[in-house]
Amino acid sequence: MSMAGQLDLSGTRSQILRRQSSRKASNIFAGVVISICTLIVLIPLFAIFYYLISKGISSINLEFFTQSFKPIGETGGGMLHAIVGTLEMVGLASVIGVLLGVSGGIFLAEYREHKLVPWISLVSDVLSGIPAIVMGLVVYAMIVLTSKHYSGLAGALALGFLMVPIVVRTTEEVLKLVPSTIREAGLALGLPKWKVTLSVILPAATSGIVTGVMLAVARVSGEAAPLIFTAFGNNNFNADPRDPMAAMPLSIYQYAISPFPEWHRLANAGALVLIIMVFSATLIARVATRQRK
Amino acid sequence: MTASTPQKVILSAQDVAIYYGTKDAVRHVNLDVVSNTVNALIGPSGCGKTTFLRAINRMHDVTPNTRVTGKILLEGEDIYAADQDPVTIRRRIGMVFQKPNPFPTMSIYDNVASGLKLAGVRDRKILDGIVEQSLRQAALWEEVKDRLKTPATGLSGGQQQRLCIARALAVQPEILLMDEPTSALDPQSTARIEDLLGELKKDVTILIVTHNMQQAARVSDTTSFFLIGDLVEHGPTDQIFTNPKDKRTEGYITGRFG
Repeated sequence: MSMAGQLDLSGTRSQILRRQSSRKASNIFAGVVISICTLIVLIPLFAIFYYLISKGISSINLEFFTQSFKPIGETGGGMLHAIVGTLEMVGLASVIGVLLGVSGGIFLAEYREHKLVPWISLVSDVLSGIPAIVMGLVVYAMIVLTSKHYSGLAGALALGFLMVPIVVRTTEEVLKLVPSTIREAGLALGLPKWKVTLSVILPAATSGIVTGVMLAVARVSGEAAPLIFTAFGNNNFNADPRDPMAAMPLSIYQYAISPFPEWHRLANAGALVLIIMVFSATLIARVATRQRK
Repeated sequence: MTASTPQKVILSAQDVAIYYGTKDAVRHVNLDVVSNTVNALIGPSGCGKTTFLRAINRMHDVTPNTRVTGKILLEGEDIYAADQDPVTIRRRIGMVFQKPNPFPTMSIYDNVASGLKLAGVRDRKILDGIVEQSLRQAALWEEVKDRLKTPATGLSGGQQQRLCIARALAVQPEILLMDEPTSALDPQSTARIEDLLGELKKDVTILIVTHNMQQAARVSDTTSFFLIGDLVEHGPTDQIFTNPKDKRTEGYITGRFG
C-alpha cells in the first residue's frame, strides 16, 4: 500500500537523464559489437573467394569448358563432363523439386484446415533433416538396386528429394504472406478456390517461390554425397541421364584428393566455376521474376 | 425511394443467426431487400453488420468454425440449401471490401476482366466491351483508358477501390455487397464512390455497410440498424433518421452512443 497524494518526482527526472546518456553509450557499444560480428561472419566467405580465385583462376580457360577428364600423363583436360552432368541432374532435380515442393507448399498454405496438413508438415520437417547421404542410400535401394544400373536419373531423383522440403517450406511461407483479402476478392468474384490459388495467389508469390527454389538449387548443386551411389560419377563425357554421370562436386572431390598438383588446380577451378554457376542462376532467376511484376 | 418500377423483393433474410464457434455474432435477423435500391447497414463496431453482409454471399464458408442458420433467399431460393454452389452464389452476389484489394500481379485491364477470363470467356471483343462498360460504371474509365495495361497497384487508393467496384461489376452480379468501401479513402474519393451508388442501383441492388451515419443518410433508400448482433430497426432511410421507432436507434443516430 502506497501513500496517496503527491509523489516527489524531482529525483526521478535527473535519474532519467542520467540513464539516457548510459543508454546512448550502450547503443553505440551494441552497434560496434554487431558490426564486428558481421565482419567476422563475412571473413570465411571472402576467404573462400580469395582462395579459389588465387588457386583456380589460372586453370579456367577454354579447355576447361570444352574438354573432359584426361588421365594423368596427358596434358590438359577440363570439366565439361562434370558441368554437363551437374546442369542436367540439377535441372531434372528441379523439375521434381518444384513440382512436388510447390504443390506441397500450396497444400500446406491454402488448405490449412485439412486433416493431413499437420502430418505433411511433420513429414516435410523430418525430410529436411535427413542427411544427404541417406537420401542417396534410399534412392540406391529404390532405383539402382532394382534397375541394377547407376544413372544420372537416380542422382537427379536423390537431389530432387533433397529439394522438396526446402521448396515446400518457402512456398508455404510466401503464400501465407499473400494477404487474405486477395483470396477473398477472388472468391467473391465467383471463382472456384483452385482457380483463385493458381491464377491469383500463386502469381503474387512467384518471386518468393523462385527465391526458395534457387536456395534449393544452390544447396543441391554442391552435394556430392547423394550422388556417390546413384549417379556414380563418370570420367567420360556422357549426356544420357540413363547412364552413370559425372557431377561437379564428385569431380572436384576426385581431383582434390589426388596427389597431382595439376588436378588440384582443376579442383579449385571447378569449385570456382560451380559457385559462379549457382550465383548466376540465382541472379538470372531474380531478374526474370522482377520483370514479370 | 423511387416508385417508378414495381417493387420486387430480391433478397430476403429469414431468422438468420451466425455463430463463430459457440458465440452468436448475429441473432434472428429478418430483412427484405427490394431490387434496385441502396440499403445501408449501420451500427457501432462489433454489432454484426459485416458478419451479416458476409453471410449473404457465403463468404463465411471459407472461415472454419463459422455457422449460419436460418434462410437467406435470393429471388426465392435459399442460398444455404444443400444443392446450392457457393461459387455460383458469389457470381450472382458480388462484393467490394473495406480495403482496396486489386490483384497485385495484374494490369488494370486484367483486374477488371479477371472474373470473366478465369471463368473461360476468351472473346476479345466481349472482354474489351465489358471492361470498358464496367470501368465507366465505376467512373474510372476516363482516368485509366490510356493505361489499361499498366499495373493496377500503380493507381491511387481511391482509384483502386473504384477498380475493385468495376471488377465486381464485370461479372454482372444481381446484388453488390459493399463492406465499408470508403473507410480507407479520402473525402474526395469517398464522394466519388457515393455519387456512383445512385447510378449503379439502376443495374444492381446494393447493400452497403458503413460506419458513417451521414453516409448512410446520403446514399441509401433503406437503413438497417444493428446493435450487438440484433437487427434493431429497419425502414426507409428518411424515417430511420427523422423518426426512429426504437429508443436505441434514436440514441445511436443522435450520437448518444456509438
